[in-house]
Amino acid sequence: MPEPRERDNLTAYWRANLRLVGWCLGAWFAVSFGCGILLVDLLNRIPLFGFKLGFWFAQQGSIFAFLILIFFYAWRMNILDRRYGVSEEAGDGGP
Amino acid sequence: MDLKTLTFLTVGFSFALYIGIAFASRARSTGDFYVAGAGVHPVANGMATAADWMSAASFISMAGLIAFLGYGGSVYLMGWTGGYVLLALLLAPYLRKYGRFTVPEFIGERYYSNAARTVAVICLIFVSFTYVAGQMRGVGIVFSRFLEVPIHVGLVIGMGVVFIYAVLGGMKGITYTQVAQYCVLIFAYTVPAVFIALQISGNPVPQLGLGSQIAGESAFLLDRLDAIVTDLGFRAYTEGDKSTIDMFAITLALMVGTAGLPHVIVRFFTVPRVADARRSAGWALLFIAVLYTTAPAVGAMARYNLLNTLQPGTVGAADGNLAYADRPRWFRTWEETGLLRFEDRNHDGRIQYYDDRNESFRARAESYGWRGNELHVDQDIMVLANPEIAGLPTWVIALVAAGGIAAALSTAAGLLLVISAAFSHDLLKGIIAPGISDREELMAGRIAAAFAILMAGYLGWNPPGFVAQVVAFAFGLAAASLFPAILMGIFSQRVNKQGAIAGMLTGLSFTFGYIIVYKGVFFAPLRENIAANWLFGISPEGIGVVGMLLNFAVAIAVSAATDPPPAQVRALVREIRYPRGAPRAAEEH
Repeated sequence: MPEPRERDNLTAYWRANLRLVGWCLGAWFAVSFGCGILLVDLLNRIPLFGFKLGFWFAQQGSIFAFLILIFFYAWRMNILDRRYGVSEEAGDGGP
Repeated sequence: MDLKTLTFLTVGFSFALYIGIAFASRARSTGDFYVAGAGVHPVANGMATAADWMSAASFISMAGLIAFLGYGGSVYLMGWTGGYVLLALLLAPYLRKYGRFTVPEFIGERYYSNAARTVAVICLIFVSFTYVAGQMRGVGIVFSRFLEVPIHVGLVIGMGVVFIYAVLGGMKGITYTQVAQYCVLIFAYTVPAVFIALQISGNPVPQLGLGSQIAGESAFLLDRLDAIVTDLGFRAYTEGDKSTIDMFAITLALMVGTAGLPHVIVRFFTVPRVADARRSAGWALLFIAVLYTTAPAVGAMARYNLLNTLQPGTVGAADGNLAYADRPRWFRTWEETGLLRFEDRNHDGRIQYYDDRNESFRARAESYGWRGNELHVDQDIMVLANPEIAGLPTWVIALVAAGGIAAALSTAAGLLLVISAAFSHDLLKGIIAPGISDREELMAGRIAAAFAILMAGYLGWNPPGFVAQVVAFAFGLAAASLFPAILMGIFSQRVNKQGAIAGMLTGLSFTFGYIIVYKGVFFAPLRENIAANWLFGISPEGIGVVGMLLNFAVAIAVSAATDPPPAQVRALVREIRYPRGAPRAAEEH
């Protein structure tokens, strides 16, 4: 059983993670379901080169955004892991 | 060299490569067999995941679906990529931290019951066999068209190859063959796309070509395509004919289903560290995105080429349509497979291809002297026929054949492995005979893999409908059954055994029942599969979302009414949330 201070630290880490996940999922929803489906007719009035913008989001833009999101999340989580001392390299308790 | 010889050589060479790799990376322990010893580099794992993931549906069917659905095809593009965000954020790192072999194993331990584990195995088998059936149909199509062997012979050859490397190599063999298969399939997919993009738009990058002007003209490709298809009574290419709620539901079902597919999840058990699991999901999506952002260009350009071939002159002019006697060679070869059919309804010897179900276009079509659509084009042929329609060299066509087979085999192998692991690790070692040794379990795993291949072969022998459609149902089932159970297992300490079991069973049976009612896989559908009959206007492809919501609701309600999980289970849930202390590669087995 971890000490109270350690437990607070882990709870804070988990909260920070959930906040980050929340923001990322918000962006995930916005680019795909938002721009690609719900707002598609509105955005289609805006041209982007030879694309209508809503159509572009649905067929290409959302995929690029997903990619950026995953790498962003992985990068931010590595920082969080180190800040709260819970990364796999932080030796205490682990092998 | 003629096409057939060239195709034989290309496909034969790729098979030799896969088997060679499998021999070099044989499995020596159950750890190797199930999770490749958890020692796969995240980039290699990303590539293997991409090949595992991109099936015959992605390679053969998807661009064809987009070609005919236009904007409506976006559900597949977003749905089959967005799931990786869910996987990276919600599942992969925690399951890697948990650090065992299979998905049912996690569910069994988290919900402290063999019953939950068994239910998870049942869900897994439903999902995986539905999916495998789609692959086998893909293998059959490629073999029958390009190697001109009967579908059954092709099927047996394909089964033999998978047998050798999946049974022998297990996850370790599969991982490295999948890396090779990814290279083959992505090369085979992008080369013709680059050629065609260059021909049509003058831009070699297909992703940009889709938004470019047509070479030598001022009109943009998509605008021109919209004009051509509406002239023939079809919906504008950049507008779909699916309702917004159905688009929404199908996309969400495919995304959540992706994150709930056991053969994809288990790939993240193979990387050395938790941080690698997050990163590896990004790499997987990067490799997938190469194909998935090319596909919409391939689809639009294939539609453009097809319509220009069939309707070279003015719409409505007597000589505006292609004369059947002048049909090109690719047309004849695909006619032989039965996937392209012509019926001269107005007996003018010319091919009229238009939307004869469009009421507002009917009067105009009749004034042209058209008596209904005369051409049936199976959407599965679009990618395979594309290089021929565009007049590309024969080696490109041979390459596409090898790529299609690589896509189908890599996915089939991944699926067969999770099926065999469910039998040998979850049912045999976990429940029936916990005392068996590592060696015996490895042998049981191999026997189960062999048995699963025979089952898959049977499904290939009696293939169900469209590849992508069949596969789409597997996603609905995964979304409704496994995903909620795993998600709640990580993010809630309160959901218990009773809740999880009731939730999974509700989600699975509701979704399966809905699909059966409208699609009647085993018998004639009980209700006609049209929008007016659907629940909330959601098609069977998207119904997994409702199944998923039911699963969550039932699991939470039942859990609230029963005792919370025991203390050691709650400790397990807290434990998997932190990367520190994850079991390392060397400690597996």
